[in-house]
Amino acid sequence: MNPALAVPVFAPALPEIILAAGVLALVLFGAFRGERSAQVMNYAALALLGIAFVAVLAGPSVRTEALAGSFVVDGFAKFMKALTLIGAAAGIVLSTDYLKREGINRFEFPILIVLSTIGMMMVISSNDLIALYLGLELLSLSSYVIAAFHRDDVRSTEAGLKYFVLGALSSGMLLYGASLVYGFTGTVSFPAIAATLQGQASNGVIFGLVFVAAGIAFKISAVPFHMWTPDVYEGAPTPVTAFFAAAPKMAGMAMAVRVFVDAFPGILGQWQQIIVFISIASMALGSFAAIGQRNLKRLMAYSSIANVGYALIGLAAGTADGIQGVAFYMAIYLAMTVGAFACILGLRRGNVMFETVDDLSGLSRTHPLMAFALAAMMFSLAGIPPLAGFFAKFYVFAAAIQANLVALAIIGVVTSVIGAYYYLRIVKVMYFDEPRERYEAMPAGVAVVLAVASVFVILFGIVPKPLVDVAGAAARSLF
Amino acid sequence: MLGFGILSGLLVLPLVGAAFILLLRGDGEAVRSNVRWAALATTVATFLLSLVAWGRFDAGSPNFQLVETHAWLTDTIRFKLGVDGFSMPFILLTTFLMPFCILASWDSIQHRVKEYMVAFLVLETTMIGVFGALDLVLFYLFFEAGLIPMFLIIGIWGGKRRIYASFKFFLYTLLGSVLMLLAIMAMYFAVGTTDIPTLLAQGASRFGTNLQYWLWLAFFASFAVKMPMWPVHTWLPDAHVEAPTAGSVILAGILLKMGGYGFIRVSLPMFPEASVYFAPLVFSLSVIAIIYTSLVALMQEDMKKLIAYSSVAHMGFVTMGIFSMNPQGIQGAMFQMVSHGLISGALFLCVGVIYDRMHTRDIAAYGGLVSRMPLYAVAFLILTMANVGLPGTSGFVGEFLTLLGAFRANPWVSFFATTGVILSAAYALWLYRRVVFGVLDKPGLKTIQDLDRREIAMLAPLVLLVIYYGVQPNPILHAFDASTTTLLANVQAALSVVKTAAVAQ
Repeated sequence: MNPALAVPVFAPALPEIILAAGVLALVLFGAFRGERSAQVMNYAALALLGIAFVAVLAGPSVRTEALAGSFVVDGFAKFMKALTLIGAAAGIVLSTDYLKREGINRFEFPILIVLSTIGMMMVISSNDLIALYLGLELLSLSSYVIAAFHRDDVRSTEAGLKYFVLGALSSGMLLYGASLVYGFTGTVSFPAIAATLQGQASNGVIFGLVFVAAGIAFKISAVPFHMWTPDVYEGAPTPVTAFFAAAPKMAGMAMAVRVFVDAFPGILGQWQQIIVFISIASMALGSFAAIGQRNLKRLMAYSSIANVGYALIGLAAGTADGIQGVAFYMAIYLAMTVGAFACILGLRRGNVMFETVDDLSGLSRTHPLMAFALAAMMFSLAGIPPLAGFFAKFYVFAAAIQANLVALAIIGVVTSVIGAYYYLRIVKVMYFDEPRERYEAMPAGVAVVLAVASVFVILFGIVPKPLVDVAGAAARSLF
Repeated sequence: MLGFGILSGLLVLPLVGAAFILLLRGDGEAVRSNVRWAALATTVATFLLSLVAWGRFDAGSPNFQLVETHAWLTDTIRFKLGVDGFSMPFILLTTFLMPFCILASWDSIQHRVKEYMVAFLVLETTMIGVFGALDLVLFYLFFEAGLIPMFLIIGIWGGKRRIYASFKFFLYTLLGSVLMLLAIMAMYFAVGTTDIPTLLAQGASRFGTNLQYWLWLAFFASFAVKMPMWPVHTWLPDAHVEAPTAGSVILAGILLKMGGYGFIRVSLPMFPEASVYFAPLVFSLSVIAIIYTSLVALMQEDMKKLIAYSSVAHMGFVTMGIFSMNPQGIQGAMFQMVSHGLISGALFLCVGVIYDRMHTRDIAAYGGLVSRMPLYAVAFLILTMANVGLPGTSGFVGEFLTLLGAFRANPWVSFFATTGVILSAAYALWLYRRVVFGVLDKPGLKTIQDLDRREIAMLAPLVLLVIYYGVQPNPILHAFDASTTTLLANVQAALSVVKTAAVAQ
């Protein structure tokens, strides 16, 4: 290969390269300095994510391929990568204080977060099935370890093991599906698959597509592959749960969009019904199952299942407007979920973390600001205007109406009313019930994250246009 | 300055007051007093500003006035405000009732005063927004946003079953309005904008008959719940009974009117064919509401519940008037809504007055109040008469006009609805007799005090207005006269186009 070409060919992958090189340096640094380096490591990882964020934004907005066509950067990838990086950074900020107090602030934690972030960014930019699988494995393997990071805690290790076993199964399904698709189309490259599959697809391809969809559904915790979510969310250390609910969800949805829209646009009718089914099942199960939950983390798990269902409505539409809805939804969901977890992290007295709904009792009296912020998150998750969550739902439902998926939209709004019940219950506990003992003051990092998320969620309705436009431009880069 | 007009000012002013109240530190008696005065000053200032808007408003013109538009969601979904003859009276009614709500809560709300006042001020913004919005998405936004403060008001400061009532109120209304949201989206894709003036001009011709039916039903789901119409009214008695007095006043005075306003603003002009098609359904539901809920009201043991059921019955007159689709019907419905806002608001204030003293709303716990509370008895009497629809009070004008309109559309509807007037006399007078007349033999009532200055200031203006508008209804009728004419002309034009098309085929 001509060495002169090497630099421009790698350039689109600059953020990933920065992260990869940086994380290797961090591993070395950590290995020499040992446990004392944990705090420095957090800052270094944050700085690394920040640099990568800038590099992502500076990257090309027009579709650019690299690494022999297996890596692609476009507006959509940029948008989703930016969200992923924000989610990962929030994960680190939220975890710092927690890990220190639990005595598990090892230097590997930020490294694992950054490693899984690289995996996510690879997934978002993948342009063939092999790159997709490689990125996914990097993401998954790091995640399994992070889930079990509290290794002396039974629940955490159980969560890690469960995540690993089920995750390995779903990776296997994805790989199997990918091999079928390769077998029946003769190529692994997304554009080439799209070119091959026009009109009627053979049964083999459909079969493969179903398996690929199953693997993806597992990663985004969509029904019927959601079973791991409540257990892992509950068992994993809370900041890790926050991270799982934020960053990998961004990558997972981006992966779904990438695979279905880039590789299978010709057989929209075939996969649309799969997505519609997954979407309805996720919304319904997420809304109904959350009603009985007492544990906040489990409740957020079901909430995330339902939210994935709503985001998938946009994908089911399969149009540029639909993908805009997905991108927009995920951006707002990121703020809401990070904000909600920041509040859960604030429920600490001494060495005990509180995580049931009843522990929020009377929070509006003891911690008015925190209660206000969490109430805003809950109303927003329920989709009540003028909070950000309303606009998120607005765009996906509008896309569904436009694509004539009226039944899907109606089921969606009805489940959102059912979902409103359990979000309201949290508000009720905080505002209508009698107060309990005060909690400790929030750590500064968590408070900052919560403040940013709250301001975004509450005031978004005043100037929604910039984000709408950016998401729209991102979506149109795929079509 | 940046093109922000007086309507934006009306939206922002309560929020400014709310922000100021939030900045007040501490929870002592002095702070609570400051909070009350700040809230009162804010609502009075908002009312004065709305009077300025009223001064600039030309009631002779059917067009949207004081229009302002700002970039918002997309180029076609804008932050657009404006008023016409249908919305202006409601904005005035809102800003007018708010100071009374603050006064009614002066002594009865003693804990979490700050949050209470903030919730009310935010609620005021959303209510003004509903009536001032000239974009359907913006309309929906305010329509829904009002649920949050009302949910908190009922849930935090409500009675014993406040949690049940607040959840029922929230979820019922939400379920109704999400379907409206989908309909708004469908309209957006059919016409390419959610701008209300554009939709009023083109909507009727752009939606096919079938689409109109579905859109009408979706909007109906939302407005009927809000109104509330039989059989989806069951949230209202619960919400009324549990809400604090001021919450009931706002609920009955303003929130219920959003449904009627929606019918006039959206359903009738944008889906005229569907409105004609579904008019018999609305008539049936209205008549059932009028008769059935009046009978239910007769059986109530709780004063607030009785007034709540009578509200449902009175809203039945409104829906009946609107869908009779003639000038008398629509003007009557509009008048009935404004007048009911004053009357029911004042009635709930009256209940609040004795509730603050005795802490019970059981009708059986009272009796013979006239001997200890003469002033109160007079005020309550006038309002009861107005609620019955006695000529000389504003209640009569609305009921008469709606019945007249309904008679022109369908005499049988009018016939059955008139029995409701008789029933309303039965339950309202019986309530009055049991509470105010009779022997004062309950030990707790022996020392009950008559109205104090604050309560007189609270009730007197409402009572005077009820009488004034009863003998002099023109100032209100004139406000939406031109708009009604234009609305009906447009509806007729749209319908005749359809008929011509049908003949031509």
